[in-house]
Amino acid sequence: MEQILTKHTLIDANKKRDMIVGFSLLALLFVVLSILEHVLPRTSMLFTVLKKGAIYALVAVSMNLLNGFTGLFSLGQAGFMMIGAYVYAIFTIPVEQRKAVYQYFNGGIIQFSIPVIPAMILGGIVAAIFAFLIGLPVLHLKSDYLAIATLGFAEILRAVFQWDKLGVVTNGSNLLRKYPVFKSVLFPFAVSGVCIAIIVLLINSTYGRAFKAIRDDEVAAEAMGINLAHHKRLAFTISSFFAGISGALLAMFQTTIQASQFKSAMTYEILLIVVIGGIGSVTGSCISSFLFIACSEWWLRFLDNASTYIGTFHVPLLRPGFRKVVFSVVIMLIVLFYQKGIMGEHEFSVSRMLQFFKSLPTRIKNRKQKKVSTEENVDSPDEYEETKDVTK
Amino acid sequence: MSENVLTMKDITMQFGGVVAVNSLSLEVNKDEIVSLIGPNGAGKTTAFNVITGVYAPTNGSVLFNGKEIIENYPRGKMKKLYAGGERGAYKNHLEPTPDKITKLGIARTFQNIRLWKSQTVFDNVLIAKHLRRTSNVFSATFRLNWKEEKRQREEVSELLNILDLYDVKDELCTSLPYGRQRRLEIARALATEPSLLLLDEPAAGMNPQETEELTSFINKIRNDFKLTVFMIEHHMDLVMDISDRIYVLNFGALIASGTPAEVQSNPDVITAYLGEDKDA
Repeated sequence: MEQILTKHTLIDANKKRDMIVGFSLLALLFVVLSILEHVLPRTSMLFTVLKKGAIYALVAVSMNLLNGFTGLFSLGQAGFMMIGAYVYAIFTIPVEQRKAVYQYFNGGIIQFSIPVIPAMILGGIVAAIFAFLIGLPVLHLKSDYLAIATLGFAEILRAVFQWDKLGVVTNGSNLLRKYPVFKSVLFPFAVSGVCIAIIVLLINSTYGRAFKAIRDDEVAAEAMGINLAHHKRLAFTISSFFAGISGALLAMFQTTIQASQFKSAMTYEILLIVVIGGIGSVTGSCISSFLFIACSEWWLRFLDNASTYIGTFHVPLLRPGFRKVVFSVVIMLIVLFYQKGIMGEHEFSVSRMLQFFKSLPTRIKNRKQKKVSTEENVDSPDEYEETKDVTK
Repeated sequence: MSENVLTMKDITMQFGGVVAVNSLSLEVNKDEIVSLIGPNGAGKTTAFNVITGVYAPTNGSVLFNGKEIIENYPRGKMKKLYAGGERGAYKNHLEPTPDKITKLGIARTFQNIRLWKSQTVFDNVLIAKHLRRTSNVFSATFRLNWKEEKRQREEVSELLNILDLYDVKDELCTSLPYGRQRRLEIARALATEPSLLLLDEPAAGMNPQETEELTSFINKIRNDFKLTVFMIEHHMDLVMDISDRIYVLNFGALIASGTPAEVQSNPDVITAYLGEDKDA
C-alpha cells in the first residue's frame, strides 16, 4: 500500500513539474520569437511558416477536439473558418474604406466597424451559432454519414457566401480587403496559445472526460447518464467557435479573403495535420501543423526549381509541381511507419522524455530478465527499483 | 410486503414481425435481489434494454418508485403489425433516453463488458460521476467547480477502496483481469448513485471460485449501498443462492415466478430451462 501511495505522489509531482517546465518553455518561445523578429528580416520565410503554422495549429486542435476526443468525424472545418474570416473582415473594415471594398454594392449596408479582438470573438460566436443549427439535424448521424453531411453543409455555406444577392454584406464573390491585419508573429501565437490552452482545459475537465467516454463507447456513455445529443452538440459548437477564431486569424494573415479559398481541400489539409499529429493528441496536432506548413511552403520549395545545378550536373526530375509528389510520398511514409501519428494518443511532456531516456539502459538490461519473471514488473515498474536502490 | 421499486406492466417488445418480449409484467420490491432467468434468446436482455431506455417498448409501461417513467402503445408501422397482448390498454407515449433513466437512479452493467477502453480505472469511475455535476461547461473549463471536482474525486477513491480496486486505480482498465473488469463495471454503475442496480450476467465467463466471490460481493454492495438488485444470470448456483425471488422467461413470455425453491420444482421451468437431470 505504501508503495502505491508513493507512486501516486510521484505521478502528481511529475504533473506539477511538467506544467512548470511547459509554461517556462512557452515563455522562452515567446522571448525567442521576439528576438528573432528583431534579428531577421520581416519577409523571412520563417515568419510566414510560423504565422500560418500557429493558425493551422489552432484549427487542427479544434478539429481534434471533435474527431479525436469526441469521436465525431466531421469535415466542416473549412466552412466554419470561412464564417469566422468573413465575420471578422466584414465588421472591421474601416468605414472610410468601405466605399472602395464594396465598389459594386454601394459601400455595403454595414456602416460601422468594431475593434479587432471583439470582431474575432464575434467571428467565433457566429461560427458556433451556425454549427449549433447544422448540428441539430446531423449530429445523430454516425461516422462517414456525419462527415458527408458536414462536408455538404460547408460547401453550401461557401456557395451562399458568394451569392450576389448577399453582396451588400459579403461582397459577393469579390475580395474582402483593407481590414486590420497583424504584422508581428507574436499575435497569432498569443491568440492560438490562449485558445489552445482553453481547449486543453476543457479536455481535462469533467466535460472533456465525458467526450472521451462518448468516443470510447457511446452505449456505455449513455447508460452512465451522459446525454449524447447535448454533449455532441456542445463539442461541435465549441470546436466550430475556435475554428471561427482561427478563420479570423487566417483572414488577417492573408490580408485579403474570398469564399472560394475555403474549399474542402482545406479541410483535408487540416484533417491530414490531425492524423499525422495523432488523433487524440493536442501537442501532436500543434507539432504536425508546423511541420506540415514548413514542408508544404518552405523546405520542399527547391524541388520546384527546374534549373537546379550541383556543380555542372543538372539535377533531373525537378520541375514545378514535383514538390507535391515528394510531399505525398513523405506523408505516405509517415502514415506507414507511424500508424497512430507522430504522438499517437499521448501528449508531449518533458518528464515523459526524461523518463524515456533514463529508462533506456534499464529497459535494454531488463529485456532479458523480463522473459524470466513477468510477475514482478506488474507491481513495481522499472523506475521504482531505481529509487529503492538509491535509498539503500 | 415492502414497496415496489420497479414495476413492468404488460411490456411487449416487437422488432418487425418478431415478438421478443410478450406482455411481460413483473415487480421488484425494495431491498430485494430478483433474478430473471431463461434460455438464450428468451428476451431477458431485451427486457433490460426496455427498462434502461435503450429500446422503447412497443406496448406497455414501466414504473419506477411508483412513478411512470416509460409508456408506449403500438404506433406507426406497429399499428398493423402488432402481435403482442394487451392492445389498447396504454395511451401515452413516454420515451426517455437512457441517460435520463440513469439520472433517476437506475444503473446497469453490460453482458459484454463495456468499459471506456482508453481510460484508467479511476477515470472510468470518475466519468460516471459526470451526471451528478452542478457545473456547466464554462465553469468546468475554468475550474470554477474545483470543490465539486475534489469531492467527486474523493468519492471515487472511497468507492474504489470499498470495491477493492484502489491499488490499480491508475492502470488502464483493459489491463485488468476479467473478473476485476466486471467488478469495475459494477463500481462504475455504483458511481452514478443508483437505488436500483441492473446486472446483466455478472458471472458470465467466471470460474466457480470467482462466481462464489461474486455472490458475497453482490450481497455486500446490496447492504453497503442500500440497493435493490435485479439481475440476469445463467449460473444456477449463484441465482438460487442469492435471489429472493426469480422470474423465468421463455420465448419472450413469463412461464414461472416465485422463490428459488418454487421455481426449481416448477415442471414448466424444468422442461424449458433447467433440464430433467438437474440435481441442484
